[in-house]
Amino acid sequence: MSAALLIDILLWGSVVGVGLIAWQRGNAVLVSSLREGSLEFINIVPRIALGVIGSGYIAAVIPQEVITGWLGPDSGWLGVLTAVIAGAATPGGPVVGFSIGAVALKAGGGAPQVIAYVVAWALFAFQRVILWEIPFMPAKFVWFRCAVSVPFPFLAAAIAMVIGKP
Amino acid sequence: MKEPPADDAAEAEPRPGRVRKPIGWSMIFILVLVVVSAVLVWRRDGIDGVLEILTHDVSLFGGIMPRVLAGCLLGAFITEILPHEKVSRSLGPKSGLKGLLIGTAFGAILPGGPFTAYPVAAALLTVGADFGATIAMVVSWTLIGYGRAVAWELPILGTDFTLWRIVISLPLPVLAGALGRFVYARVYPRSTDE
Repeated sequence: MSAALLIDILLWGSVVGVGLIAWQRGNAVLVSSLREGSLEFINIVPRIALGVIGSGYIAAVIPQEVITGWLGPDSGWLGVLTAVIAGAATPGGPVVGFSIGAVALKAGGGAPQVIAYVVAWALFAFQRVILWEIPFMPAKFVWFRCAVSVPFPFLAAAIAMVIGKP
Repeated sequence: MKEPPADDAAEAEPRPGRVRKPIGWSMIFILVLVVVSAVLVWRRDGIDGVLEILTHDVSLFGGIMPRVLAGCLLGAFITEILPHEKVSRSLGPKSGLKGLLIGTAFGAILPGGPFTAYPVAAALLTVGADFGATIAMVVSWTLIGYGRAVAWELPILGTDFTLWRIVISLPLPVLAGALGRFVYARVYPRSTDE
């Protein structure tokens, strides 16, 4: 069974699960949830469309070699800082982000720098923030979440430096 | 500091609907970025390059749509069925370390991708979770959630690196949530009772 199919089964299974709970509370609860969810979907589709259909162009004009170059070989805290900026600036989805990390690791990038890159990508990748997080969440929350997350790629790199790679 | 209103008073009020956002600056920014990038691709690769990316992304979009719908429905059901006063007790500003741990656990086990994580996180905010617990949930989903790790990180970066990265990341959601709560109470001192 492919991972994507498993994720879809878990996802729709959860929807049916919470849907049954709503239905037990009465038909009105079920109907109002369905209406609210559908309205949200209709409201969000144009934003997702712009992001998904447009993101290929953004990814195509930012050459991946530039980002891999930033990660460079073992370079201490300056390397960690560039890794964090590179992580936030990486366009495209998980394949791009993780592949760049894998290339940097193979090219001799230090493990703490690659950790910082992957964690920064997970926290700040601009495309995910703009395409997914801002459309769904209050903008105030998103900026606040990003701001308080800033120390954590550095902390992850520091932990990696202390415990070392197994 | 004022206690939140009594439960019956909270229930008597209409539930806060989720705010529908108008097309804002972030969308205009993205639109400009997309148009400029598309023009650059057109100048470099011609119309074929533009159409190739368009075809690929439209099919990607078609594949994602059902999951976005599932995420929206999940968010709506959660908003409707979770009791507000219980959520604000277990995930609100005064929920302490336990609230951050619940948020972290929730983010780690949540199935799906960004199409579920953000609608569900928005639903939690609506029903009374504070910024701290919601930050713990979002950061936990992105750093220690299994969905992306299993589907993408393991095959590309290998088991050793992925597990090592996840172990290092384990404390981060709680720390991010705690920092968020600490900063929030100082930046918005009046709204912590909400």
